[in-house]
Amino acid sequence: MANIQDIIGKICPSATFEQGQTLLVNVPAQDWRKLAVALKQNSDLDFDVLSALIGMDWKETLGVIYYFTSTSRNWEMLSVKVEVADREKPMIHTVSDLWKVANFQEREVYDFYGIEFIEHPDMRRFFLRNDWVGYPLRKDYDADPAVNPIRMEDEENEDDTYSLKVQPDGSVRKVKGKVFDADDYVVNIGPQHPSTHGVMRFRAALDGETVKKVDVVSGYIHRGIEKLTEGMTYPQTLHFTDRMDYMSAHMNRHCLCMCIEKAMGIEVPARAQVIRTMMDELMRISSHLLAFGCTSMDMGATTCFFYGFREREKVLDIFEKTCGARMSMNYNVIGGVIADLHEDFVKDVKELCAIMPSRLKEYHKVFSGNIIAKNRMVGVGMLSKEDAINYDITGPSGRGSGWSCDTRKKHPYASYSQVQFDEVLEEGCDSYARYMVRMREIEESVKILEQLVDAIPEGPIRAQVPKIVKLPEGRWYTQVEASRGAFGVYIESKGEKNPYRMHFQSPCFNLVGVMDLTCKGNMIADLIVIGAALDFVIPDIDR
Amino acid sequence: MFDFSVVTNWINTQLLSIMPDWAAVLIECIIIGVCVLGAYTVLALFYILYERKLCAWFQCRLGPMRVGKWGLLQVFADMFKILIKELIPLKGTDKFLFKLAPYIIITASVTMLACLPWGKGMQIINYNIGIFFVLAVSSVGILGILLAGWASNNKYTLIGAMRSGAQMISYELSLGLAIITMVLFAGTMNITDIVEAQDRGWFIFTGHIPAIIACIIYVIAATAETNRGPFDLPEAEHELTAGYHTEYSGIHFGFFYLAEYLNLFIVSGICSLMFLGGWMPFHVSGWTGFNEIMDYIPGIVWFLGKAFFISFVIIWFKWTFPRIRIDQMLAFEWKYLMPIALANLVVMALCVTNNWHF
Repeated sequence: MANIQDIIGKICPSATFEQGQTLLVNVPAQDWRKLAVALKQNSDLDFDVLSALIGMDWKETLGVIYYFTSTSRNWEMLSVKVEVADREKPMIHTVSDLWKVANFQEREVYDFYGIEFIEHPDMRRFFLRNDWVGYPLRKDYDADPAVNPIRMEDEENEDDTYSLKVQPDGSVRKVKGKVFDADDYVVNIGPQHPSTHGVMRFRAALDGETVKKVDVVSGYIHRGIEKLTEGMTYPQTLHFTDRMDYMSAHMNRHCLCMCIEKAMGIEVPARAQVIRTMMDELMRISSHLLAFGCTSMDMGATTCFFYGFREREKVLDIFEKTCGARMSMNYNVIGGVIADLHEDFVKDVKELCAIMPSRLKEYHKVFSGNIIAKNRMVGVGMLSKEDAINYDITGPSGRGSGWSCDTRKKHPYASYSQVQFDEVLEEGCDSYARYMVRMREIEESVKILEQLVDAIPEGPIRAQVPKIVKLPEGRWYTQVEASRGAFGVYIESKGEKNPYRMHFQSPCFNLVGVMDLTCKGNMIADLIVIGAALDFVIPDIDR
Repeated sequence: MFDFSVVTNWINTQLLSIMPDWAAVLIECIIIGVCVLGAYTVLALFYILYERKLCAWFQCRLGPMRVGKWGLLQVFADMFKILIKELIPLKGTDKFLFKLAPYIIITASVTMLACLPWGKGMQIINYNIGIFFVLAVSSVGILGILLAGWASNNKYTLIGAMRSGAQMISYELSLGLAIITMVLFAGTMNITDIVEAQDRGWFIFTGHIPAIIACIIYVIAATAETNRGPFDLPEAEHELTAGYHTEYSGIHFGFFYLAEYLNLFIVSGICSLMFLGGWMPFHVSGWTGFNEIMDYIPGIVWFLGKAFFISFVIIWFKWTFPRIRIDQMLAFEWKYLMPIALANLVVMALCVTNNWHF
């Protein structure tokens, strides 16, 4: 740690440091660019992954908190805080040229905090309409419905964009631009479309059947979860996590509970840890089965969809018995889990583990090995390992590009350090590799379940938690491996019983970020396949 | 084998004995029209249920079960629903062409159905270029699809129509070549004569290797011609929502829907006539008793049974295979299917000239 502090101190003497869960570097906005370049390019620092980019409003100042991860140095994390005092026209230099993932993330921050990013190529709002008044996540936002009524007319022109360019004399000038050329044949895919897996909208410029550019338009089901949490107590915030990526409900909630437990210093009982791990893996199986079904259905093999759902039903039955619900389980609570396992749990899980291998064989027979399916997926939607790291594509999609990025291995949590399993990697970098990673991960999940099902320790299912949950002052960031990648929760607390800022770093948000990159030059039919193989879930993007 | 022309001739003489020529022809035309349209509707309803039940079977489901015993009345409910649905007029469409398109498609498919002989003498007109006429009429259907896609003023429908045009024109070549192969073998384009020639044995047996290859090519090309999976790109549900008929509603959509199922029956029917002996029963030489039993089964049952079997195979394709991509589909046709079909035609010509057949 001291080592990094010295190097950063040398590069940027104005930086100050705060110790905490991770080292926090305070940088004035004018020196930020210099440090950002060094973080990426200096081989002693080598922070190649931008794990989270969080907009902040500290009342007097606005700013951004960055969380960086270094893959070369054992996934060490570093956080950087950049503040600007100007609330009227706050500007921070972009990092989207260094870490491509920042492109959409900065647009989100611009959307909610009004911070403009200098040299950002495409400074548009990401979730809200262009005619939205104000920046909703600012603490002084006026939520009066009269300011932003439900508008009945179309947006004026969604093709207009701009970027802030630094002039030779150091001043910043606004340069206007267009998203598409005037003679582009733009096809709207979504928001209501059978294959966008939710209300997602892609605007694809076509040349015949070939895709030239994809513009992602999001926010059709944005619920403002991050804003809502600020007015709630910690136990109340938990239920939101099940409603983001509903296919990783257990993992998301696990992550938030872990973050709060870490901040409060609560020790979770061993039984609860094992139960959480098993539920996470069951969730992963159910999610990957859905991904299998949807991928095949998007290619027109509707029958495989039913095969996947047949087995997924079994997982949902297990959830129903223990949690009382098939979707939105609300099972994890601060300190443990809400209810003990159903008496059939062990029997049901064993049954599931017993049938899965033969069912997977069936899937491979009917779909994975099919020549048409292979032709549709092999070599389609190429995403190199460098791009996967740069765009922070974690989860099965990142591992399909050969990037070892499994949080369960890198930062083991719950019972993952006690079980034997392999991190599934494929070197294909294409849609087929991503698809195969999912299928093989089901096998690994079954392996984990088999190891734990007979070794569930006796004991309490949750720790003693104070009636009123209050977090000490500070900031925490935790990650878990959700079904679609690393899911992160950031909490900043001022010592109150509700969070000052809660941010959810969702893997799917990054996944749509590569749609343009992976679809370019492919056909319109491939766009659907690529989307299916990336497997994003829309509520996770529109938090 | 019972000759159905006995019945038709009897009706004809009865009518002529009580009225002048023109009136008899008029009444006969009306009877035939009613019969064709009736057969069309009944077949379409049967096919919708047939596919739904089959698909449910492939997918470990039951399919429609609520309306009537085993859901048998479901199709009637669907039909009435579609009949009373509103025809939604759209802004910016070419109104005339938009309304014309479904009628072109349905006309082409009714005309094709009218050309098929269902049994000995059970046909409307015995053309000497029967099969050629059927092929020609089938091309008219493409026009309807292109018109529908163009007139809808929608980018999805336009892409669907372009795909459809490319696909149907390409696959018509293989389809035609496969049929020409059999025409060469039979030595006639008259459908009745082709079937009569299979009296000694179905062409798929007597024509052995080239006939089997032609049959396989025909079934593949026919699947593409009817826009069914894995060649259902023109309406690729998951890319283009519904392709060329995205904007249609009510009975106009119903026409596309009916025509799709009827085309399935028609291509299966042609396959049964050209390769599987049409209304000819299954005979094994030497098994006299067996052959006599087979002869008791009426020709129409043989014809329909064979057609339904081929339809079953095509439906099986659809519910098993993923959808192919446009460039792969065109490459498949032009690089593999058509050259094989051409070579197969030469092989068949050699077989016919050298008498290398049964």
